[in-house]
Amino acid sequence: MEFRYLPMTESDKQEMLTTIGVDSTEELFADIPEQIRFRGNLNLKKPANEAQLKKELADMANKNVNLKTHASFLGAGVYDHYIPSVVDHVISRSEFYTAYTPYQPEISQGELQAIFEFQTMISELTGLPVANSSMYDGGTSLAEAVNLSAAHTKRKKILVSKAVHPESRAVIETYARGPELEIVEIDCENGYTNLQQLAEAIDEHTASVVVQYPNFFGQIEPLEKINELVKSQTKTMLITSSNPLSLGYLTPPGEFGADIVVGDTQVFGIPAQFGGPHCGYFATTNKLMRKVPGRLVGQTVDEDGVRGFVLTLQAREQHIRRDKATSNICSNQALNALASSVAMSSIGKHGLRKMAVLNMKKARYMKQRLKEAGLRVVHEGTFFNELVVDLGSNVSEINKQLLNKGFIGGYDLGQNYPELKNHMLIAVTESRTKEEIDIFVKELGDLHE
Amino acid sequence: MNNKDFPLMFERSKEGRTSYSLPELDIPDFDLDTEIESNYIRTTPADLPEVSELDIMRHYTGLSNRNYGVDSGFYPLGSCTMKYNPKMNEDVARFDGFSHIHPYQETESVQGAMEMMYDLQSSLKEITGMHEVSLQSAAGAHGEWTALMMIRAFHEANGDMNRTNVIVPDSAHGTNPASATVAGFKAITVKTNENGLVDLDDLKRVVDEKTAALMLTNPNTLGLFETEIIEMAEIIHEAGGKLYYDGANLNAIMGYARPGDMGFDAVHLNLHKTFTGPHGGGGPGSGPVGVSEELAAYLPKPLLTKKEEKYVFDYDRPSSIGRVKPYYGNFGINLRAYTYIRTMGAEGLKKASEYAVLNANYMMRKLQKEYDLPYDQHCKHEFVLSGKRQKKLGVRTLDIAKRLLDYGYHPPTIYFPLNVEEAMMVEPTETESKETLDAFIDSMLAIAKEVEDNPEIVQEAPHNTIVNRMDETLAARKPVLRYQK
Ligand SMILES: Cc1ncc(COP(=O)(O)O)c(C=O)c1O
Repeated sequence: MEFRYLPMTESDKQEMLTTIGVDSTEELFADIPEQIRFRGNLNLKKPANEAQLKKELADMANKNVNLKTHASFLGAGVYDHYIPSVVDHVISRSEFYTAYTPYQPEISQGELQAIFEFQTMISELTGLPVANSSMYDGGTSLAEAVNLSAAHTKRKKILVSKAVHPESRAVIETYARGPELEIVEIDCENGYTNLQQLAEAIDEHTASVVVQYPNFFGQIEPLEKINELVKSQTKTMLITSSNPLSLGYLTPPGEFGADIVVGDTQVFGIPAQFGGPHCGYFATTNKLMRKVPGRLVGQTVDEDGVRGFVLTLQAREQHIRRDKATSNICSNQALNALASSVAMSSIGKHGLRKMAVLNMKKARYMKQRLKEAGLRVVHEGTFFNELVVDLGSNVSEINKQLLNKGFIGGYDLGQNYPELKNHMLIAVTESRTKEEIDIFVKELGDLHE
Repeated sequence: MNNKDFPLMFERSKEGRTSYSLPELDIPDFDLDTEIESNYIRTTPADLPEVSELDIMRHYTGLSNRNYGVDSGFYPLGSCTMKYNPKMNEDVARFDGFSHIHPYQETESVQGAMEMMYDLQSSLKEITGMHEVSLQSAAGAHGEWTALMMIRAFHEANGDMNRTNVIVPDSAHGTNPASATVAGFKAITVKTNENGLVDLDDLKRVVDEKTAALMLTNPNTLGLFETEIIEMAEIIHEAGGKLYYDGANLNAIMGYARPGDMGFDAVHLNLHKTFTGPHGGGGPGSGPVGVSEELAAYLPKPLLTKKEEKYVFDYDRPSSIGRVKPYYGNFGINLRAYTYIRTMGAEGLKKASEYAVLNANYMMRKLQKEYDLPYDQHCKHEFVLSGKRQKKLGVRTLDIAKRLLDYGYHPPTIYFPLNVEEAMMVEPTETESKETLDAFIDSMLAIAKEVEDNPEIVQEAPHNTIVNRMDETLAARKPVLRYQK
């Protein structure tokens, strides 16, 4: 059997064995104790040739309904947005995608500069001066923010709004078990974080308050008021998780006083791909610069005074500080940060606002049509591109029927919020046309009770 | 082009230039701003670039030319397994039916994707000899932490609340002690002996009733197989601890030995190393976790399983540590790894390890003539040299690494592991030809000669890169982390 990724020939092998001074490669494995030597054959599928495997995988892919064949109104953290063609052309350049972390700046200026530009764009969007080079995703980035707030304030209590993405909250729960934090969830009212409950819960033990802006139901949380409540306690930090596209239109959390802003840049140039890889971002204040998890790229000069970029402030990181590091993260999501940078460059300063507005306007058209069709849109108040509708019948069942009509329906909120049984979270992006919205509403009208 | 002349994207920007192509508003228009409280409407736009599409392509093509990947040349970066990234994997990952599927679609509409995941889980179970595998962890460090959280949950479920320590060899990767801390443990160091292996006497000394786990890379970061692994497993298990396997170095032993058979209770794999996920300039990766039957109940949820010929996500797992990541892991990277495993099969994977080890031993023997080899024995997939001979002549390992840039190579990993002075960690991988190895060896030997005859040329390297050595002190002392107009 030939293997196209293994270039050694039999004669190469013999020459090399002679150099090493052994008769066979088997001798090189003689240090593995016989007791634990694996002597069988791994029970794996037979090696497949390229054409055959490609066909098999294409068949597997074709079993999946996808966002190209069906019009999707599903969001809840992962969205179907326009991806400029340039994105894939750039990230397909193998000098980028086959490189490791830029440890050798002299031959990695491309990656380093691209990350520096990414950090700048995230800083612009969030209204905070410091952004890192990326985190695994929005959920783990939020969990790291929570842990940072506890370490920084030396406090254990964290208040998390239930209007934060349920899976992000689940990730926070798991991460909080290491440092043994106390997570207190704050209820929602009419689609917003219950501010009275929040005010009562904040005390001098509170490390941070976590809200999502816009929140999981699409509503735009009153960050100004929330920040006032948070800052009524000295040291308590405000952490927000934000869809970065919304920040093309909305006042950035940094301007309201948020100490850490995190989220996922999937909305910029990254396909849904069943939930990953996406790309977490992490932005914060100058004060917290030296506590940030993950890699940071900084500008400097070389020996001749020429501008260049390096990984910097590494004394925070695991390879230097080991058990004292601010986080254990090593590999991040660099290639996806690059994809998002390309998308953000392509959408540009004016395109960004335009795109955000398109999302908001189309979502409002959806709201109006749903109401006209007699469906109950449950929340009033301002929202971004998602809204909640009460269907009065099983969302999953409706979604199965919608699939047959060419639609991927919205998110079943009953899974996470018992009080929202039979409620669907609908996302409307710029990619949805008037016609798709009209037909979708008609189908929903026919299917619900 | 000299770096002096290479602008930032923001410096290419010109008011009024665009590159986007957004759909028209096809619904009746209205004024949005009246609906929204004015202080929630952004007053100054985010200052993203205003550039044309060609500007973007020129910019990033220029940047890519200032970067170096496996496709550019030899990349013997130890511990990172910089093997060839198959192009077919890239094509497959871009099929619409994989690339454009939403994690919350009805599971009946994504059975193909789930089938791939299930099949990958099964393959990884077989390769590692573990009982069950979760694909949720996003990278190696994330997998380490996931497994430690499971071990923590296991001890707690047994009422064993005082197991606060995790033992880590002094040669371990930095993520090991860091993950121990994030999981709420105290990292305790165990020493390496004169043979480059974990010192069993020291291990016995640090093990006690507080031991939650030992984290071990095998082969270890010196590229040596821990021959006393069975005794180590006994020592740890005897004390009630668990044995954790850092799978970053699995490329040495596929088909030759399995962590499960060595007595490990939990492992993580780096699919972006051993299984050809491209490193992407730093990520994304994927760090699946495999566990023994005893720990399986604690795996992150949901767990992908098969019920009556249908693939399902099982959320009903009361002992689970919960979620470690939204959705189901880095599916796109898992898919590439799956494609690789299907291309190679059992025979191909074993051959990959065979050649990875052959190549490393060959290089080690050729290079030991001029460079100090602290542990003179057969290595596995990588080996560690010391630059101490050269240091005596005033040339440091860093200088040698920079000189390699002039010869057109990415240097080995340097100054790691920490227990070797002036370390150079070389991992050739199996996808390189003998000609490539020979050319690199010649360059290394030529540099050794330069160190003796003309040390300045090495000390002042690199000479022909687009920038010279960077002022890292300046970068850290006066951090500039974003562009300012
Ligand atoms: C031995 C070892 N363990 C763990 C890791 C961490 O893996 P990752 O970068 O995927 O988090 C690495 C890679 O850098 C490694 O070399």
